[in-house]
Amino acid sequence: MTQVPEQDFSTALELLYRNENRRVLATLIRLIGDIDQAEEALHDAFQTALEQWPQQGVPDNPCAWLISVGRFKAIDKFRRDKRFDALEEIPEQHGAATVNFDDEHDDNLQDDQLRLIFTCCHPSLSAEAQIALTLREICALTTEEIARAFLIAPKTAAQRIVRAKAKIREARIPYEVPAPGQLAERLNTVLQVIYLVFNEGYSASSGTALTRHDLSTEAIRLGRLLLELLPAQAEIQGLLALMLLQDSRREARTTAEGDLILLAKQDRTLWNRDQINKGVVLVKRALGLPGFGVYTLQAAIAAVHVEAASAEMTDWREIIGLYNILLRIYPSPVIELNRAVAIAMRDGPAIGLELIEALISRGQLTDYHFMYATKADFHRRLGQRNEAIEAYQHALQLTQQEPERRFLQKRLTELQNQ
Amino acid sequence: MKYLCLICAEKVMEQMPQADADKHYEEYREFTSNIRASGHFVDCNRLLPPSAAITIRLRKGKISSTDGPFIETKEQLGGYYVIEARDLNEAIQVAAKIPGAALGCVEIRPIANDPQTLDVLGLS
Repeated sequence: MTQVPEQDFSTALELLYRNENRRVLATLIRLIGDIDQAEEALHDAFQTALEQWPQQGVPDNPCAWLISVGRFKAIDKFRRDKRFDALEEIPEQHGAATVNFDDEHDDNLQDDQLRLIFTCCHPSLSAEAQIALTLREICALTTEEIARAFLIAPKTAAQRIVRAKAKIREARIPYEVPAPGQLAERLNTVLQVIYLVFNEGYSASSGTALTRHDLSTEAIRLGRLLLELLPAQAEIQGLLALMLLQDSRREARTTAEGDLILLAKQDRTLWNRDQINKGVVLVKRALGLPGFGVYTLQAAIAAVHVEAASAEMTDWREIIGLYNILLRIYPSPVIELNRAVAIAMRDGPAIGLELIEALISRGQLTDYHFMYATKADFHRRLGQRNEAIEAYQHALQLTQQEPERRFLQKRLTELQNQ
Repeated sequence: MKYLCLICAEKVMEQMPQADADKHYEEYREFTSNIRASGHFVDCNRLLPPSAAITIRLRKGKISSTDGPFIETKEQLGGYYVIEARDLNEAIQVAAKIPGAALGCVEIRPIANDPQTLDVLGLS
Protein backbone atom coordinates (compact mmCIF):
# COMPACT_ATOMS: atom_id res chain seq x y z
CA MET A 1 0.00 0.00 0.00
CA THR A 2 1.21 3.46 -0.87
CA GLN A 3 0.33 6.37 1.36
CA VAL A 4 -0.96 9.39 -0.52
CA PRO A 5 -1.71 12.73 1.14
CA GLU A 6 -5.46 13.18 1.22
CA GLN A 7 -5.58 16.35 -0.88
CA ASP A 8 -3.76 14.60 -3.77
CA PHE A 9 -5.97 11.63 -3.43
CA SER A 10 -9.06 12.67 -5.33
CA THR A 11 -6.94 13.99 -8.22
CA ALA A 12 -5.07 10.69 -8.32
CA LEU A 13 -8.31 8.74 -8.37
CA GLU A 14 -9.73 11.00 -11.04
CA LEU A 15 -6.65 10.45 -13.19
CA LEU A 16 -6.88 6.71 -12.62
CA TYR A 17 -10.53 6.82 -13.60
CA ARG A 18 -9.83 8.76 -16.77
CA ASN A 19 -6.96 6.53 -17.88
CA GLU A 20 -8.02 3.11 -16.76
CA ASN A 21 -11.77 2.87 -16.36
CA ARG A 22 -12.37 1.44 -19.86
CA ARG A 23 -9.73 -1.23 -19.34
CA VAL A 24 -11.21 -2.20 -15.99
CA LEU A 25 -14.66 -2.28 -17.60
CA ALA A 26 -13.48 -4.52 -20.46
CA THR A 27 -12.20 -7.11 -17.99
CA LEU A 28 -15.24 -6.84 -15.72
CA ILE A 29 -17.52 -7.61 -18.69
CA ARG A 30 -15.62 -10.85 -19.27
CA LEU A 31 -15.75 -11.82 -15.59
CA ILE A 32 -19.38 -10.85 -15.02
CA GLY A 33 -20.76 -11.70 -18.42
CA ASP A 34 -23.03 -8.67 -18.89
CA ILE A 35 -22.27 -5.12 -19.97
CA ASP A 36 -24.86 -3.41 -17.73
CA GLN A 37 -23.86 -5.34 -14.64
CA ALA A 38 -20.19 -4.73 -15.38
CA GLU A 39 -20.85 -0.98 -15.65
CA GLU A 40 -22.53 -1.03 -12.26
CA ALA A 41 -19.66 -3.03 -10.83
CA LEU A 42 -17.19 -0.50 -12.25
CA HIS A 43 -19.14 2.33 -10.65
CA ASP A 44 -19.27 0.49 -7.31
CA ALA A 45 -15.56 -0.29 -7.42
CA PHE A 46 -14.60 3.37 -7.88
CA GLN A 47 -17.12 4.37 -5.21
CA THR A 48 -15.48 1.92 -2.80
CA ALA A 49 -12.04 3.25 -3.70
CA LEU A 50 -13.26 6.76 -2.94
CA GLU A 51 -14.30 5.60 0.53
CA GLN A 52 -11.44 3.27 1.41
CA TRP A 53 -8.27 4.57 -0.19
CA PRO A 54 -7.97 7.81 1.82
CA GLN A 55 -7.70 5.70 4.99
CA GLN A 56 -6.07 2.54 3.71
CA GLY A 57 -3.81 3.99 1.03
CA VAL A 58 -3.71 3.26 -2.67
CA PRO A 59 -3.17 -0.43 -3.43
CA ASP A 60 0.03 -1.37 -5.27
CA ASN A 61 -1.90 -2.52 -8.31
CA PRO A 62 -4.95 -0.24 -8.39
CA CYS A 63 -6.45 -1.77 -11.55
CA ALA A 64 -6.30 -5.30 -10.17
CA TRP A 65 -7.86 -4.02 -6.95
CA LEU A 66 -10.70 -2.29 -8.82
CA ILE A 67 -11.38 -5.37 -10.95
CA SER A 68 -11.42 -7.60 -7.91
CA VAL A 69 -13.69 -5.31 -5.87
CA GLY A 70 -16.00 -4.74 -8.84
CA ARG A 71 -16.37 -8.45 -9.37
CA PHE A 72 -17.15 -9.12 -5.70
CA LYS A 73 -19.71 -6.31 -5.68
CA ALA A 74 -21.42 -7.88 -8.68
CA ILE A 75 -21.50 -11.31 -7.08
CA ASP A 76 -22.85 -9.73 -3.92
CA LYS A 77 -25.64 -7.97 -5.80
CA PHE A 78 -26.46 -11.10 -7.70
CA ARG A 79 -26.78 -13.08 -4.46
CA ARG A 80 -28.96 -10.39 -2.90
CA ASP A 81 -31.27 -10.26 -5.92
CA LYS A 82 -31.61 -14.01 -5.84
CA ARG A 83 -32.02 -14.33 -2.08
CA PHE A 84 -35.54 -15.69 -2.37
CA ASP A 85 -34.40 -18.26 -4.90
CA ALA A 86 -32.09 -21.12 -4.18
CA LEU A 87 -28.71 -19.59 -3.40
CA GLU A 88 -26.98 -22.50 -5.04
CA GLU A 89 -28.28 -21.60 -8.44
CA ILE A 90 -25.62 -19.02 -9.13
CA PRO A 91 -24.50 -19.51 -12.70
CA GLU A 92 -20.94 -20.44 -13.27
CA GLN A 93 -19.87 -17.06 -14.55
CA HIS A 94 -20.90 -15.43 -11.28
CA GLY A 95 -19.45 -17.75 -8.71
CA ALA A 96 -17.43 -20.75 -9.60
CA ALA A 97 -14.19 -19.49 -11.05
CA THR A 98 -12.18 -17.50 -8.57
CA VAL A 99 -9.61 -15.42 -10.37
CA ASN A 100 -6.41 -14.31 -8.81
CA PHE A 101 -5.70 -11.00 -10.45
CA ASP A 102 -2.01 -11.09 -9.82
CA ASP A 103 -2.01 -14.02 -12.20
CA GLU A 104 -3.95 -12.17 -14.89
CA HIS A 105 -1.49 -11.63 -17.67
CA ASP A 106 -1.30 -8.36 -19.49
CA ASP A 107 -2.14 -10.33 -22.64
CA ASN A 108 -5.42 -11.32 -21.16
CA LEU A 109 -6.28 -7.76 -20.14
CA GLN A 110 -5.34 -6.49 -23.60
CA ASP A 111 -7.49 -9.20 -25.11
CA ASP A 112 -10.38 -7.93 -23.00
CA GLN A 113 -10.16 -4.57 -24.73
CA LEU A 114 -10.20 -6.32 -28.08
CA ARG A 115 -13.15 -8.44 -26.99
CA LEU A 116 -15.03 -5.28 -26.11
CA ILE A 117 -14.22 -3.67 -29.46
CA PHE A 118 -15.30 -6.73 -31.44
CA THR A 119 -18.48 -7.04 -29.39
CA CYS A 120 -19.49 -3.39 -29.87
CA CYS A 121 -18.80 -3.73 -33.61
CA HIS A 122 -20.49 -7.10 -33.97
CA PRO A 123 -21.97 -7.55 -37.47
CA SER A 124 -25.39 -8.50 -36.09
CA LEU A 125 -25.81 -4.97 -34.71
CA SER A 126 -26.89 -2.15 -37.02
CA ALA A 127 -24.24 0.38 -38.04
CA GLU A 128 -25.95 3.01 -35.89
CA ALA A 129 -25.92 0.71 -32.87
CA GLN A 130 -22.28 -0.24 -33.46
CA ILE A 131 -21.27 3.41 -33.53
CA ALA A 132 -23.28 4.43 -30.46
CA LEU A 133 -22.07 1.47 -28.43
CA THR A 134 -18.43 1.92 -29.49
CA LEU A 135 -18.43 5.59 -28.59
CA ARG A 136 -20.07 4.99 -25.22
CA GLU A 137 -18.37 1.80 -24.06
CA ILE A 138 -14.89 2.19 -25.56
CA CYS A 139 -14.45 5.96 -25.89
CA ALA A 140 -16.45 6.70 -22.70
CA LEU A 141 -18.56 9.40 -24.34
CA THR A 142 -21.85 10.09 -22.58
CA THR A 143 -25.17 9.39 -24.27
CA GLU A 144 -25.79 13.13 -24.46
CA GLU A 145 -22.42 13.74 -26.17
CA ILE A 146 -23.12 11.04 -28.75
CA ALA A 147 -26.54 12.55 -29.41
CA ARG A 148 -25.04 16.02 -29.91
CA ALA A 149 -22.34 14.74 -32.25
CA PHE A 150 -24.86 12.91 -34.44
CA LEU A 151 -27.54 15.60 -34.20
CA ILE A 152 -30.10 13.24 -32.71
CA ALA A 153 -32.22 13.48 -29.55
CA PRO A 154 -30.54 12.06 -26.42
CA LYS A 155 -33.46 9.67 -25.96
CA THR A 156 -32.86 8.29 -29.47
CA ALA A 157 -29.21 7.68 -28.67
CA ALA A 158 -30.18 6.16 -25.30
CA GLN A 159 -32.59 3.75 -26.94
CA ARG A 160 -30.03 2.67 -29.54
CA ILE A 161 -27.68 1.77 -26.71
CA VAL A 162 -30.35 0.01 -24.65
CA ARG A 163 -31.45 -2.03 -27.69
CA ALA A 164 -27.91 -2.87 -28.74
CA LYS A 165 -27.16 -4.22 -25.27
CA ALA A 166 -30.41 -6.19 -25.25
CA LYS A 167 -29.47 -7.65 -28.62
CA ILE A 168 -26.05 -8.71 -27.32
CA ARG A 169 -27.72 -10.36 -24.34
CA GLU A 170 -30.54 -12.05 -26.25
CA ALA A 171 -28.50 -13.19 -29.24
CA ARG A 172 -25.80 -14.35 -26.81
CA ILE A 173 -23.12 -12.57 -28.79
CA PRO A 174 -19.94 -14.07 -27.36
CA TYR A 175 -17.37 -11.84 -25.69
CA GLU A 176 -14.38 -12.93 -27.69
CA VAL A 177 -11.71 -12.03 -30.20
CA PRO A 178 -12.66 -13.71 -33.50
CA ALA A 179 -10.70 -16.80 -34.52
CA PRO A 180 -7.83 -16.15 -36.98
CA GLY A 181 -9.94 -17.36 -39.90
CA GLN A 182 -12.60 -14.74 -39.21
CA LEU A 183 -10.36 -11.97 -37.99
CA ALA A 184 -9.92 -10.14 -41.31
CA GLU A 185 -13.65 -9.98 -41.99
CA ARG A 186 -14.60 -8.95 -38.45
CA LEU A 187 -11.77 -6.44 -38.34
CA ASN A 188 -13.21 -4.91 -41.46
CA THR A 189 -16.44 -4.09 -39.59
CA VAL A 190 -14.45 -2.50 -36.77
CA LEU A 191 -12.45 -0.38 -39.24
CA GLN A 192 -15.70 0.64 -40.94
CA VAL A 193 -17.16 1.84 -37.63
CA ILE A 194 -14.02 3.82 -36.85
CA TYR A 195 -13.95 5.39 -40.32
CA LEU A 196 -17.65 6.29 -40.13
CA VAL A 197 -17.03 8.05 -36.81
CA PHE A 198 -14.05 9.84 -38.35
CA ASN A 199 -16.01 10.95 -41.41
CA GLU A 200 -18.91 12.13 -39.33
CA GLY A 201 -16.43 14.39 -37.57
CA TYR A 202 -14.47 15.32 -40.69
CA SER A 203 -17.35 16.24 -42.91
CA ALA A 204 -20.64 16.35 -41.07
CA SER A 205 -23.40 14.97 -43.29
CA SER A 206 -25.74 17.79 -42.27
CA GLY A 207 -25.81 20.81 -40.00
CA THR A 208 -23.81 23.99 -39.90
CA ALA A 209 -20.37 22.89 -38.67
CA LEU A 210 -18.14 21.53 -41.41
CA THR A 211 -16.08 19.51 -38.96
CA ARG A 212 -17.13 18.09 -35.65
CA HIS A 213 -13.59 17.74 -34.47
CA ASP A 214 -14.28 15.68 -31.38
CA LEU A 215 -15.49 12.72 -33.39
CA SER A 216 -12.43 12.77 -35.64
CA THR A 217 -10.21 12.91 -32.58
CA GLU A 218 -12.06 10.00 -30.99
CA ALA A 219 -11.75 7.97 -34.20
CA ILE A 220 -8.00 8.60 -34.36
CA ARG A 221 -7.70 7.60 -30.73
CA LEU A 222 -9.63 4.39 -31.44
CA GLY A 223 -7.35 3.68 -34.39
CA ARG A 224 -4.29 4.09 -32.16
CA LEU A 225 -5.75 1.80 -29.52
CA LEU A 226 -6.56 -0.86 -32.11
CA LEU A 227 -3.07 -0.63 -33.60
CA GLU A 228 -1.57 -1.05 -30.14
CA LEU A 229 -3.67 -4.18 -29.63
CA LEU A 230 -3.14 -5.66 -33.11
CA PRO A 231 0.21 -4.22 -34.26
CA ALA A 232 0.74 -6.45 -37.32
CA GLN A 233 -2.44 -5.67 -39.27
CA ALA A 234 -1.75 -3.64 -42.41
CA GLU A 235 -5.23 -2.15 -42.73
CA ILE A 236 -5.26 -0.76 -39.17
CA GLN A 237 -2.06 1.10 -40.00
CA GLY A 238 -3.57 2.13 -43.31
CA LEU A 239 -6.74 3.47 -41.69
CA LEU A 240 -4.84 5.33 -38.98
CA ALA A 241 -2.57 6.82 -41.67
CA LEU A 242 -5.59 7.84 -43.75
CA MET A 243 -7.26 9.55 -40.79
CA LEU A 244 -4.07 11.36 -39.75
CA LEU A 245 -3.42 12.56 -43.31
CA GLN A 246 -6.99 13.80 -43.79
CA ASP A 247 -7.05 15.41 -40.36
CA SER A 248 -3.71 17.15 -41.04
CA ARG A 249 -5.56 19.50 -43.42
CA ARG A 250 -8.23 20.42 -40.89
CA GLU A 251 -7.01 23.98 -40.25
CA ALA A 252 -6.64 24.69 -43.97
CA ARG A 253 -9.98 23.33 -45.13
CA THR A 254 -12.20 26.23 -44.08
CA THR A 255 -12.05 29.98 -43.83
CA ALA A 256 -12.61 31.75 -40.52
CA GLU A 257 -16.24 32.15 -41.60
CA GLY A 258 -16.56 28.39 -42.06
CA ASP A 259 -16.49 28.40 -45.87
CA LEU A 260 -14.90 25.53 -47.78
CA ILE A 261 -11.46 25.87 -49.32
CA LEU A 262 -10.63 23.34 -52.02
CA LEU A 263 -7.44 21.32 -51.84
CA ALA A 264 -5.75 23.26 -54.64
CA LYS A 265 -6.40 26.60 -52.90
CA GLN A 266 -5.42 25.57 -49.38
CA ASP A 267 -2.55 27.26 -47.56
CA ARG A 268 -0.24 24.28 -47.24
CA THR A 269 1.73 25.84 -44.40
CA LEU A 270 -1.36 25.31 -42.25
CA TRP A 271 -1.20 21.57 -42.69
CA ASN A 272 -0.20 19.68 -39.57
CA ARG A 273 3.32 18.41 -40.34
CA ASP A 274 3.44 16.16 -37.30
CA GLN A 275 0.33 14.28 -38.41
CA ILE A 276 1.62 14.14 -42.00
CA ASN A 277 4.94 12.65 -40.93
CA LYS A 278 3.25 10.04 -38.76
CA GLY A 279 0.75 9.22 -41.50
CA VAL A 280 3.43 8.83 -44.16
CA VAL A 281 5.51 6.49 -41.97
CA LEU A 282 2.43 4.38 -41.26
CA VAL A 283 1.37 4.17 -44.89
CA LYS A 284 4.84 3.10 -46.02
CA ARG A 285 4.93 0.41 -43.36
CA ALA A 286 1.40 -0.78 -44.26
CA LEU A 287 2.28 -1.06 -47.97
CA GLY A 288 5.10 -3.43 -46.99
CA LEU A 289 2.80 -5.76 -45.06
CA PRO A 290 0.67 -8.57 -46.47
CA GLY A 291 -3.06 -7.88 -46.60
CA PHE A 292 -3.08 -4.15 -47.21
CA GLY A 293 -6.29 -2.95 -48.82
CA VAL A 294 -8.63 -0.04 -49.41
CA TYR A 295 -7.65 2.05 -46.38
CA THR A 296 -3.94 1.72 -47.04
CA LEU A 297 -4.39 2.63 -50.72
CA GLN A 298 -6.54 5.64 -49.90
CA ALA A 299 -3.91 6.68 -47.35
CA ALA A 300 -1.23 6.30 -50.03
CA ILE A 301 -3.22 8.62 -52.32
CA ALA A 302 -3.62 11.13 -49.49
CA ALA A 303 0.13 10.88 -48.86
CA VAL A 304 0.93 11.78 -52.48
CA HIS A 305 -1.27 14.86 -52.12
CA VAL A 306 0.26 16.08 -48.88
CA GLU A 307 3.80 15.50 -50.04
CA ALA A 308 3.36 17.81 -53.04
CA ALA A 309 4.64 21.35 -52.51
CA SER A 310 1.69 22.73 -54.49
CA ALA A 311 -1.39 21.47 -56.32
CA GLU A 312 0.41 21.91 -59.67
CA MET A 313 3.33 19.80 -58.51
CA THR A 314 1.10 16.88 -57.46
CA ASP A 315 2.16 13.57 -58.99
CA TRP A 316 -1.13 12.79 -60.75
CA ARG A 317 0.32 9.77 -62.53
CA GLU A 318 1.12 8.18 -59.20
CA ILE A 319 -2.36 9.01 -57.90
CA ILE A 320 -4.07 7.57 -61.00
CA GLY A 321 -1.98 4.40 -60.66
CA LEU A 322 -3.08 4.01 -57.03
CA TYR A 323 -6.73 4.56 -58.00
CA ASN A 324 -6.38 1.84 -60.64
CA ILE A 325 -5.17 -0.67 -58.02
CA LEU A 326 -7.89 0.49 -55.65
CA LEU A 327 -10.58 -0.03 -58.27
CA ARG A 328 -9.31 -3.51 -59.02
CA ILE A 329 -9.62 -4.70 -55.40
CA TYR A 330 -12.67 -2.60 -54.56
CA PRO A 331 -14.80 -1.60 -57.54
CA SER A 332 -16.87 1.40 -56.49
CA PRO A 333 -18.44 4.30 -58.40
CA VAL A 334 -17.21 6.80 -55.77
CA ILE A 335 -13.64 5.69 -56.42
CA GLU A 336 -14.28 5.92 -60.17
CA LEU A 337 -15.43 9.49 -59.66
CA ASN A 338 -12.29 10.37 -57.72
CA ARG A 339 -10.16 8.71 -60.37
CA ALA A 340 -11.94 10.80 -63.01
CA VAL A 341 -10.95 13.95 -61.11
CA ALA A 342 -7.31 12.84 -61.01
CA ILE A 343 -7.35 11.99 -64.73
CA ALA A 344 -8.89 15.38 -65.51
CA MET A 345 -6.05 17.01 -63.59
CA ARG A 346 -3.51 15.22 -65.78
CA ASP A 347 -5.31 15.08 -69.15
CA GLY A 348 -7.82 17.92 -68.97
CA PRO A 349 -11.51 18.29 -68.05
CA ALA A 350 -12.89 16.90 -71.35
CA ILE A 351 -11.57 13.39 -70.54
CA GLY A 352 -12.89 13.71 -66.97
CA LEU A 353 -16.29 14.66 -68.30
CA GLU A 354 -16.40 11.57 -70.53
CA LEU A 355 -15.72 9.35 -67.54
CA ILE A 356 -18.51 11.05 -65.55
CA GLU A 357 -20.97 10.74 -68.43
CA ALA A 358 -20.17 7.01 -68.46
CA LEU A 359 -21.04 6.79 -64.74
CA ILE A 360 -24.34 8.62 -65.32
CA SER A 361 -25.27 6.43 -68.29
CA ARG A 362 -24.89 3.43 -65.96
CA GLY A 363 -27.27 5.15 -63.52
CA GLN A 364 -24.60 5.42 -60.86
CA LEU A 365 -24.13 8.18 -58.23
CA THR A 366 -27.18 10.04 -59.52
CA ASP A 367 -28.05 11.16 -55.97
CA TYR A 368 -24.50 12.08 -54.99
CA HIS A 369 -23.95 15.83 -54.83
CA PHE A 370 -20.18 15.57 -55.33
CA MET A 371 -20.78 13.94 -58.70
CA TYR A 372 -22.80 16.92 -59.98
CA ALA A 373 -20.41 19.39 -58.35
CA THR A 374 -17.52 17.71 -60.19
CA LYS A 375 -19.46 17.63 -63.45
CA ALA A 376 -20.28 21.32 -63.03
CA ASP A 377 -16.63 22.12 -62.45
CA PHE A 378 -15.55 20.28 -65.61
CA HIS A 379 -18.18 22.13 -67.70
CA ARG A 380 -17.11 25.41 -66.14
CA ARG A 381 -13.48 24.78 -67.00
CA LEU A 382 -14.51 23.92 -70.56
CA GLY A 383 -16.44 27.18 -70.81
CA GLN A 384 -19.80 25.38 -71.11
CA ARG A 385 -21.74 27.90 -69.04
CA ASN A 386 -25.29 26.56 -69.33
CA GLU A 387 -24.32 22.94 -68.64
CA ALA A 388 -22.28 24.09 -65.65
CA ILE A 389 -25.19 26.11 -64.22
CA GLU A 390 -27.52 23.14 -64.58
CA ALA A 391 -25.10 20.78 -62.83
CA TYR A 392 -24.45 23.25 -59.96
CA GLN A 393 -28.21 23.56 -59.46
CA HIS A 394 -28.52 19.79 -59.38
CA ALA A 395 -25.70 19.52 -56.81
CA LEU A 396 -27.30 22.22 -54.66
CA GLN A 397 -30.54 20.28 -54.49
CA LEU A 398 -28.69 17.23 -53.18
CA THR A 399 -26.49 18.67 -50.42
CA GLN A 400 -27.68 19.40 -46.92
CA GLN A 401 -24.42 20.69 -45.60
CA GLU A 402 -24.35 24.46 -45.15
CA PRO A 403 -20.70 25.25 -46.07
CA GLU A 404 -21.00 23.12 -49.21
CA ARG A 405 -24.25 24.84 -50.15
CA ARG A 406 -22.57 28.23 -49.78
CA PHE A 407 -19.64 27.11 -51.91
CA LEU A 408 -21.86 25.79 -54.71
CA GLN A 409 -24.10 28.84 -54.54
CA LYS A 410 -21.09 31.14 -54.90
CA ARG A 411 -19.91 29.32 -58.03
CA LEU A 412 -23.42 29.35 -59.44
CA THR A 413 -23.86 33.07 -58.87
CA GLU A 414 -20.49 33.79 -60.52
CA LEU A 415 -21.57 31.89 -63.61
CA GLN A 416 -25.01 33.47 -63.76
CA ASN A 417 -23.45 36.95 -63.60
CA GLN A 418 -21.10 36.27 -66.50
CA MET B 1 -26.05 15.22 -14.99
CA LYS B 2 -29.07 15.16 -12.75
CA TYR B 3 -32.22 13.31 -13.72
CA LEU B 4 -35.71 13.45 -12.24
CA CYS B 5 -37.38 10.05 -12.10
CA LEU B 6 -41.15 10.31 -11.81
CA ILE B 7 -42.81 7.17 -10.55
CA CYS B 8 -46.26 6.46 -11.96
CA ALA B 9 -48.52 3.57 -11.04
CA GLU B 10 -52.16 2.64 -11.05
CA LYS B 11 -52.15 2.39 -7.25
CA VAL B 12 -50.33 4.59 -4.78
CA MET B 13 -49.47 3.39 -1.27
CA GLU B 14 -52.77 4.60 0.26
CA GLN B 15 -54.74 2.53 -2.23
CA MET B 16 -52.93 -0.75 -1.52
CA PRO B 17 -53.77 -3.35 1.11
CA GLN B 18 -51.59 -2.62 4.16
CA ALA B 19 -49.52 -5.79 3.79
CA ASP B 20 -48.70 -4.96 0.14
CA ALA B 21 -47.85 -1.39 1.02
CA ASP B 22 -45.56 -2.55 3.84
CA LYS B 23 -43.73 -4.84 1.48
CA HIS B 24 -43.43 -2.06 -1.11
CA TYR B 25 -42.09 0.35 1.52
CA GLU B 26 -39.39 -2.16 2.41
CA GLU B 27 -38.40 -2.42 -1.25
CA TYR B 28 -38.03 1.34 -1.31
CA ARG B 29 -35.94 1.26 1.88
CA GLU B 30 -33.54 -1.14 0.24
CA PHE B 31 -33.41 0.64 -3.13
CA THR B 32 -32.88 4.04 -1.53
CA SER B 33 -30.15 2.78 0.75
CA ASN B 34 -28.45 1.16 -2.27
CA ILE B 35 -28.39 4.34 -4.32
CA ARG B 36 -27.17 6.35 -1.33
CA ALA B 37 -24.26 3.91 -1.06
CA SER B 38 -23.57 4.04 -4.79
CA GLY B 39 -23.52 7.84 -4.86
CA HIS B 40 -26.43 8.22 -7.27
CA PHE B 41 -28.82 9.66 -4.67
CA VAL B 42 -29.65 13.38 -4.68
CA ASP B 43 -33.20 13.65 -3.35
CA CYS B 44 -36.48 11.78 -3.21
CA ASN B 45 -39.90 11.65 -1.66
CA ARG B 46 -43.31 10.14 -1.89
CA LEU B 47 -46.33 12.17 -2.98
CA LEU B 48 -49.70 12.02 -1.25
CA PRO B 49 -52.44 10.57 -3.47
CA PRO B 50 -53.83 12.57 -6.40
CA SER B 51 -57.06 13.03 -4.39
CA ALA B 52 -55.06 15.55 -2.35
CA ALA B 53 -53.98 17.42 -5.47
CA ILE B 54 -55.20 20.82 -6.55
CA THR B 55 -54.35 22.20 -9.98
CA ILE B 56 -54.29 25.96 -10.28
CA ARG B 57 -54.21 28.42 -13.15
CA LEU B 58 -53.82 32.17 -13.07
CA ARG B 59 -56.05 33.78 -15.69
CA LYS B 60 -56.45 37.55 -15.95
CA GLY B 61 -54.96 37.89 -12.49
CA LYS B 62 -57.41 35.46 -10.92
CA ILE B 63 -56.61 32.08 -9.49
CA SER B 64 -58.84 29.33 -10.70
CA SER B 65 -58.41 25.93 -9.18
CA THR B 66 -59.67 22.48 -9.90
CA ASP B 67 -59.47 19.36 -7.79
CA GLY B 68 -57.10 16.65 -8.83
CA PRO B 69 -53.91 16.34 -10.85
CA PHE B 70 -53.50 18.28 -14.09
CA ILE B 71 -53.51 15.18 -16.18
CA GLU B 72 -56.14 12.52 -15.80
CA THR B 73 -54.63 9.19 -16.63
CA LYS B 74 -55.03 5.74 -15.24
CA GLU B 75 -51.50 5.97 -13.84
CA GLN B 76 -50.85 8.46 -11.10
CA LEU B 77 -47.72 10.22 -9.97
CA GLY B 78 -46.72 8.56 -6.70
CA GLY B 79 -43.23 9.80 -5.93
CA TYR B 80 -39.94 10.93 -7.34
CA TYR B 81 -36.19 10.54 -7.17
CA VAL B 82 -33.57 13.03 -8.24
CA ILE B 83 -30.46 11.09 -9.16
CA GLU B 84 -26.96 11.96 -10.30
CA ALA B 85 -25.76 9.81 -13.20
CA ARG B 86 -22.98 9.86 -15.79
CA ASP B 87 -25.45 9.96 -18.66
CA LEU B 88 -28.96 9.05 -19.74
CA ASN B 89 -28.12 5.37 -20.08
CA GLU B 90 -26.75 5.19 -16.55
CA ALA B 91 -29.91 6.96 -15.36
CA ILE B 92 -31.96 4.29 -17.14
CA GLN B 93 -29.99 1.57 -15.38
CA VAL B 94 -30.56 3.16 -11.96
CA ALA B 95 -34.22 4.01 -12.56
CA ALA B 96 -34.98 0.48 -13.74
CA LYS B 97 -34.36 -0.63 -10.16
CA ILE B 98 -36.93 1.73 -8.61
CA PRO B 99 -39.50 -0.67 -7.11
CA GLY B 100 -42.34 1.27 -8.77
CA ALA B 101 -40.88 0.45 -12.20
CA ALA B 102 -41.98 -3.14 -11.71
CA LEU B 103 -45.60 -2.12 -10.91
CA GLY B 104 -46.11 0.99 -13.02
CA CYS B 105 -43.60 3.04 -14.95
CA VAL B 106 -40.87 5.58 -14.34
CA GLU B 107 -40.47 8.69 -16.47
CA ILE B 108 -36.88 9.94 -16.64
CA ARG B 109 -36.46 13.66 -17.25
CA PRO B 110 -33.03 15.24 -17.57
CA ILE B 111 -32.80 18.29 -15.29
CA ALA B 112 -31.71 21.46 -17.09
CA ASN B 113 -28.26 22.81 -16.35
CA ASP B 114 -27.89 25.53 -18.96
CA PRO B 115 -26.41 28.86 -17.76
CA GLN B 116 -29.67 30.80 -18.17
CA THR B 117 -31.69 28.35 -16.08
CA LEU B 118 -29.03 28.17 -13.38
CA ASP B 119 -28.83 31.97 -13.25
CA VAL B 120 -32.59 32.57 -13.17
CA LEU B 121 -33.11 29.98 -10.46
CA GLY B 122 -30.12 31.17 -8.42
CA LEU B 123 -28.49 27.76 -8.66
CA SER B 124 -25.16 28.72 -10.19
